[in-house]
Amino acid sequence: MGIRFVLMVNKQGQTRLAQYYEYLNLEERRALEGEIVRKCLARTEQQCSFVEHRNYKVVYRRYASLFFLVGVDNEENELAILEFIHLLVETMDRHFGNVCELDIMFHLEKAHFMLEEMVMNGCVVETSKTNILSPIQLMEKAS
Amino acid sequence: MNPFSSATRMRDMIRAIRGCKTAAEERAVVRKECASIRAAISENDQDYRHRNLAKLMFIHMLGYPTHFGQMECLKLIASPGFPEKRIGYLGLMLLLDERQEVLMLVTNSIKQDLNHTNQYIVGLALCALGNICSAEMARDLAPEVERLLQFRDPNIRKKAALCSIRIIKKVPDLAENFINPAAALLKEKHHGVLLTGLQLCTDMCKVSTEALEYLKKKCIDGLVKVLKDLANSPYASEYDVSGITDPFLHIRLLKLLRVLGQGDADASDAMNDILAQVATKTESNKNAGNAILYECVATIMSIEDNSGLRVLAINILGRFLSSCDNNIRYVALNMLMKAIALDCQAVQRHRVTILECVKDSDASIRKRALELVYLLVNENNVKSLTKELIDYLEISEQEFKEDLTAKICSIVEKFSPEKIWYIDQMLKVLSEAGNYVKDDVWHALIVVITNASNLHGYTVRSLFKAMQKADEQETLVRVAVWCIGEYGDLLVNNAGVLDVEDPITVTEADAVNVVETAIGRHSSDLTTRAICLIALLKLSSRFSSCSKRINDIILHHKGSFVLELQQRAIEFNSIIQKHQKIRPALVERMPVLDEATFSGRRAGSVSAAASTSQGAPPKIPNGVAKPVSPPLVDLLDLSSDDIPAPGSSGGDFLQDLLGVDLSPASSQGTNQSQKSGTDVLLDLLSIGTPPAQSSSSTFDILSPSQGNKSSANVLDTLVASASPSVQSSSMMDLLNGFGTSTLVPVAETDNGPTALTYPATVAFESNSLKVTFNFSKEPGNTQTTLIKAQFMNKSPNIYSNFVFQAAVPKFLQLHLDPASSNTLPASGNGSVTQNLRVSNSQHGKKSLVMRVRISYKVNDKDVLEEGQINNFPRGL
Repeated sequence: MGIRFVLMVNKQGQTRLAQYYEYLNLEERRALEGEIVRKCLARTEQQCSFVEHRNYKVVYRRYASLFFLVGVDNEENELAILEFIHLLVETMDRHFGNVCELDIMFHLEKAHFMLEEMVMNGCVVETSKTNILSPIQLMEKAS
Repeated sequence: MNPFSSATRMRDMIRAIRGCKTAAEERAVVRKECASIRAAISENDQDYRHRNLAKLMFIHMLGYPTHFGQMECLKLIASPGFPEKRIGYLGLMLLLDERQEVLMLVTNSIKQDLNHTNQYIVGLALCALGNICSAEMARDLAPEVERLLQFRDPNIRKKAALCSIRIIKKVPDLAENFINPAAALLKEKHHGVLLTGLQLCTDMCKVSTEALEYLKKKCIDGLVKVLKDLANSPYASEYDVSGITDPFLHIRLLKLLRVLGQGDADASDAMNDILAQVATKTESNKNAGNAILYECVATIMSIEDNSGLRVLAINILGRFLSSCDNNIRYVALNMLMKAIALDCQAVQRHRVTILECVKDSDASIRKRALELVYLLVNENNVKSLTKELIDYLEISEQEFKEDLTAKICSIVEKFSPEKIWYIDQMLKVLSEAGNYVKDDVWHALIVVITNASNLHGYTVRSLFKAMQKADEQETLVRVAVWCIGEYGDLLVNNAGVLDVEDPITVTEADAVNVVETAIGRHSSDLTTRAICLIALLKLSSRFSSCSKRINDIILHHKGSFVLELQQRAIEFNSIIQKHQKIRPALVERMPVLDEATFSGRRAGSVSAAASTSQGAPPKIPNGVAKPVSPPLVDLLDLSSDDIPAPGSSGGDFLQDLLGVDLSPASSQGTNQSQKSGTDVLLDLLSIGTPPAQSSSSTFDILSPSQGNKSSANVLDTLVASASPSVQSSSMMDLLNGFGTSTLVPVAETDNGPTALTYPATVAFESNSLKVTFNFSKEPGNTQTTLIKAQFMNKSPNIYSNFVFQAAVPKFLQLHLDPASSNTLPASGNGSVTQNLRVSNSQHGKKSLVMRVRISYKVNDKDVLEEGQINNFPRGL
C-alpha cells in the first residue's frame, strides 16, 4: 500500500478534503494534519516537494491557493506521486473547469468520487482522465 | 430529487462555516448542525438522509466526531437507488473503519451489491470493500471478488484486482486462489486493469512464495514485452504525460520486474536489455521521465548483478545529484542510500557533492544527505569528513544542529583512530553545540579521558582554553569543570605538555575562577552545579593557596534553595574545615573508569541482574548518574532488582566522592539524600550532637540498624527508603566521626589492604543469637577466604537441631564444612563453630555478600532466623 492519505489544504491551513487509507482516530488525524500542514506551508517554492514526517513521507504540491498533500510510505516513488497529484488536479480541472478551493468545498462528495476512481486502498487504479470521469458524468446526466 | 446538486441546505451550512471568524463560532455552527442531524436520524427521516450524510462528511473532514452517523451509512447502502448507495458507500469509507463492529452489518449488503446487475453498483461495492474490508469480510467475500476478476467490464476487473490485494493482505492463505486470475490480468491491454493487475501480482509475491515462483516461470517474458511495447509506443493522448506514455504503468512494470528479478539470475538476465533501454532512452528533462529513471535505477540495484547496468544506474544517480532541481537531488540521495550497500566505491566518488548537500538550505535534502554521509564514513575518510561536518556545525541552522551533533558524535566514537583525535573532535563539538550533546555522549567522553592518562594534562588545558571562548555550552562546562577538578594540578603545572600544544600559564586562581563562574551562571542546572561543587572540593586539596576562597564559594551555597546543593555545601565545608587529615585521601583522583563496562551499559545490554553475576560494577563519571565505588555498588547490587536507577540529578556525588575511600556506610547517606530529604535536613541541623551509637564496635558503624532484628534489614530499609531515624545516626557518624577513635578499625581495614589479617566481625545478631566471623586467607590464593563462623546463644534455653545455611550471589562460590555440633548451649556457655570457604571471582572489584538462614529448635518449637551479611571487610 503506497498512499496513506490524500489531503487538500488551503493557504490558511484549513483542510478542504481528507481521505485516509489507514485508520487514524479523530485526535490523531487532527494532530497529524496540523503538524504536516505547518511543516509544508512553511517551505519555500525552491525547496523540494518532499517532507519527512514521523513514518510518512509527504509529497506536496501547490496549485494557486490550494496545497495537495499526499502521504506515502518509504517504498513509494516520490516523483511518481508528484505526477499523480498533477493528474488529480488535471482531472478536477477537466470536470470543474479550473478547479478552485470553493469547487472542492461545495462539491466535496464529487471530489471524493473522483479520488475514489483514482485511488483505492492506497493504490492508483486509473490514470486516464476520461475513464475516471465517465461514471461521474453518467451520474450527473442521470439526475 | 437529486441528492447532490439540490443540497441547498448543505450549501448553507458550508457558507455558515466559511463565514465563521473564530474557531468558537465554527464549533457553535457545527454543534447546531449536528443536533439537527441527530434529530433527523432519530425521526428516521428518509428524504434528507443522504444530504445529512453529506453534511456529516464535511463535518468529519473538519475534525468533529460523527460516529452517530454510522448507522445512516448502512441504511443508505441498503436502499435501492444508486445515488443513495453512492453516498452511503462514501460515508462508509470515510466515517467507519475496519475495527468497528458496525462493519459486520454491512457484509450482507456488500455481498448483494457485488452480485448486482448494475455494474456501477458492483463497482461501488468493490471500492468500499477494497478500502475497508476486515479479515472476516475478506473470507466471506473472496469468492465474489475472484469471480469479478474475470468480469466483462474492465472497470470492474481493475477494482476487483485492488480489492484482491486487500483480501490477500488480510488473509494470506487466500493468495493461492488468486494466482491464476492475477497472472491472466498481466496480458490485458486496458491500462487500468494492467496497472492494478501488476500491483496485485507484486503484492501477492510478498505474501506467497508460490505466487512468486509461478510468476517468475510464466510471466517475465510477457512483462518484458509489455514494457518494451509501452516504451516504444506512439503518442497516446489519453495516457500521455509530457511525451511519455503512461509513466504510472512504466513504474508499476519496473516494480514487479524488481520483485521477480531479486535473487534470480535467469530472471534478471531476461530483463537486462529492456532495463538498459529504459535507462538510456527515457527523456530526463521532465518529471515523468525522471520518475521512470528513478524506478529503473531502483530495479537495477535490486536485481542480480550486471556490472554494465550498475554503472549505468550509478551514472544516472550522479546526473540526478548534480541536477538543479531539488526534487531530483532528493531522490538521488535517497537512492544512493540503497546503492551504498551494493557499491560503496561508486558512491564514495560523489562524496564531495553529497557533503555539499548536507549544507543545503532545504531541510529535507540536508536530512537525507546527512544520513548518507553517515553511511559513507569509514576509517580512511573519517578525519576529513568529520572536519567538514564540524566546520559546518558552526554555521548550521539551530534546528539542524541537534541532528548534526548526534551524527558527528556517533561518527567520532565509532571511527576514531586515536584518543587524542577523539578528544579534540569532541571538544570542538562541545564548544560549538554543547547544548545539543546528549548525556551519554559526554559521559563516554569522560570515560575516554580518564583512560588516556598521558593526555590528562593536554585535555584539561584544551578544555580550559575552550572555556575562555564558549562558556555557554552546558556540556562543555560540565566536562571542563570535571576535568579541572580531577586534573587541576596538571593545568597549573603544565605537566605532560605535548608538542602540538601552545603553552599557557594558568594560575590556581584562574582555575578556580572558571569553576566559580560556572557555578554562578544562571543557566547552569543542578548537575552542572553539583559537578562544580565537587570540583571545588577537589581543588581545595590540590590548590592549597585557594583553600580559603574555595571554602567561601562552597559556603555561599549553604543557603541554596536546592536541597542537594545545600546539603553538599555543608558537608564539604565540614570536610574542609574539620577533617583536614583525611581530605587528601578523600579527594584523590577518580580511579580509571572501565570503558568496556561503560559501553556495555550504554548499549543497555547490562541488566541489573547481569551486573551482579558478571562482575565489574558500572562506572560512570563523577557526579553523574551512578555510583563509582565498587564496594558500594556491590553492596547495593545484591538486591539490585529493587534499586531504582538514580537519575542524573547529581545527587550521587557524595556517594562518588565518599565512596572512593570510605566504608559502605556512606551509601546510607546517599540513599537517604535521594529519598528522604527532610530527614536529612534534620540530620544536618543536629550535626554537632554526639553520635548516639559511636561508642560501640565497628559493626555499629557499618551497620547501624544492628538494633533491628537482622542486618538484612539494612538493605531493605535503604531500598525502600524507610526508617530515616535509624539512618540518621549513621549520617552523623559519617560526618562527625571522621578521625575519631570509633572509626579507626574500619580505617585500618580500608587503608591497609596489604594486611593479611582481618578483624573479626559480628555478622549477624538478634535477641537470641550472635554470629561472629573470623577471616583468614589461604596463602597464595587471594580469591579464597576462609571464614570461621562462631555461633553464640544469648538466650537461657538450649538450642537443638541447630542448622546454619548460607547463599551467595553468582560471582561467589561457597563451601560449607559441617558444624562442630548441632546443639548450642544456653547463655553463651560455649559455642558452635563452622568453617566456610568463599571464592570471589571478582576479587578486588566486589566485596563479599551473603544471605544466611539459621534454624533451630528451642523448647520443642522451630525457630527460623534469616538475614543478610554485607559488612564483610573490604578486600576479601
